Amino acid sequence: MCSTCGCGSHDVLIGGKRPVRGSGSITFRKAKAAPEHEHPQEDTTTSRVIQVERDLLARNDSFADANRRLLTGRGIFALNLVSSPGSGKTTLLVKTIAALQGKLPLAVIEGDQQTENDAARIRAAGAPAIQINTGRGCHLDAQMTGQAIAQLDLADDGLLLIENVGNLVCPAAFDLGEAHKVVILSVTEGEDKPLKYPDMFRAADLMLLNKCDLLPYLEFDAELAISYAHRINPDLKVIRISAVSGEGMGAWLNWIEAGSREAVAAK
Amino acid sequence: MHEMSLAESVLQIIEESAQAQNFQRVRTVVLEIGRLSSVEPEAMRFCFDSVMRGTLADGAELQIIETPGTGRCLTCGAEVEMHEQYGLCPSCDSPRLQITAGNLMRVKDLVVE
Repeated sequence: MCSTCGCGSHDVLIGGKRPVRGSGSITFRKAKAAPEHEHPQEDTTTSRVIQVERDLLARNDSFADANRRLLTGRGIFALNLVSSPGSGKTTLLVKTIAALQGKLPLAVIEGDQQTENDAARIRAAGAPAIQINTGRGCHLDAQMTGQAIAQLDLADDGLLLIENVGNLVCPAAFDLGEAHKVVILSVTEGEDKPLKYPDMFRAADLMLLNKCDLLPYLEFDAELAISYAHRINPDLKVIRISAVSGEGMGAWLNWIEAGSREAVAAK
Repeated sequence: MHEMSLAESVLQIIEESAQAQNFQRVRTVVLEIGRLSSVEPEAMRFCFDSVMRGTLADGAELQIIETPGTGRCLTCGAEVEMHEQYGLCPSCDSPRLQITAGNLMRVKDLVVE
């Protein structure tokens, strides 16, 4: 490790081992006499050092703050739904829309890399929806979410459901301005997903353990999965649910309606 | 790979700094990446090179300073060294650890000409 600033250590493990870097017989830096590596201050006279000290997420966070102000000001309860691809998010949304019909006005933002398929499913279920195709992007960001919000017909005091790109890694870091992240884990996945993808389970406030109707046919240990999730995030609320059988839908809808009432009261 | 969009954020910060501070070329970019942030330094290096191509930071050297992760146990108050975003308090085994440092990622300085 560099004795000047402490930099130079890396946590990459290959085959469980830290790769050798900057020591031994192979080096990728020009050899210099005294320091272990170059610092900006050591550069020559034609150049100058500029202190920047700016956070990489600051721009996203400022768009997220603007979204949050707009949403909370209008009493709109916004949820950012995140999961692996294939966890049953869209089916769950379709059932949620049907159950809330006439009770709570809602709209949906659909995030996928390609296709309008999911937005079409949501519209067929009776809710206004806008699709964001992120192209090569692996997550929604707050700026594109804000643009989608501007194009959506959102009712005051309503519900906004944002279905993020199916990806348990990248969406964790990007605040969209939502009230809560909701992570969906299906019982056809591994119990240890919370341990493998901790960032997302830490960022979420609610976990929906989906496809619970399939539990009798699987070796999935629901208690174990929930205990892993609580190891990452002790305060994570968990609802066991099946969009197909309807199990747990009541608890999920109650949670949404309670959040919506709070959002309306706080505006 | 969200490191791609984070590398694009780096470029945006560089371009804004270039306007404010009046420089045309960037020789070195120093990033500070917390050990508990969601950035994999090797992925960032890969994305950095491709995002900077054809820009005022084309060919710039990327230096990454990794800052250590620390937290506070909300149960017993101990200060804890953290290697991941979660863990158990070494004093009382509680999982209620609050991150106090090491979750930021920022452009620290630039060497420009």
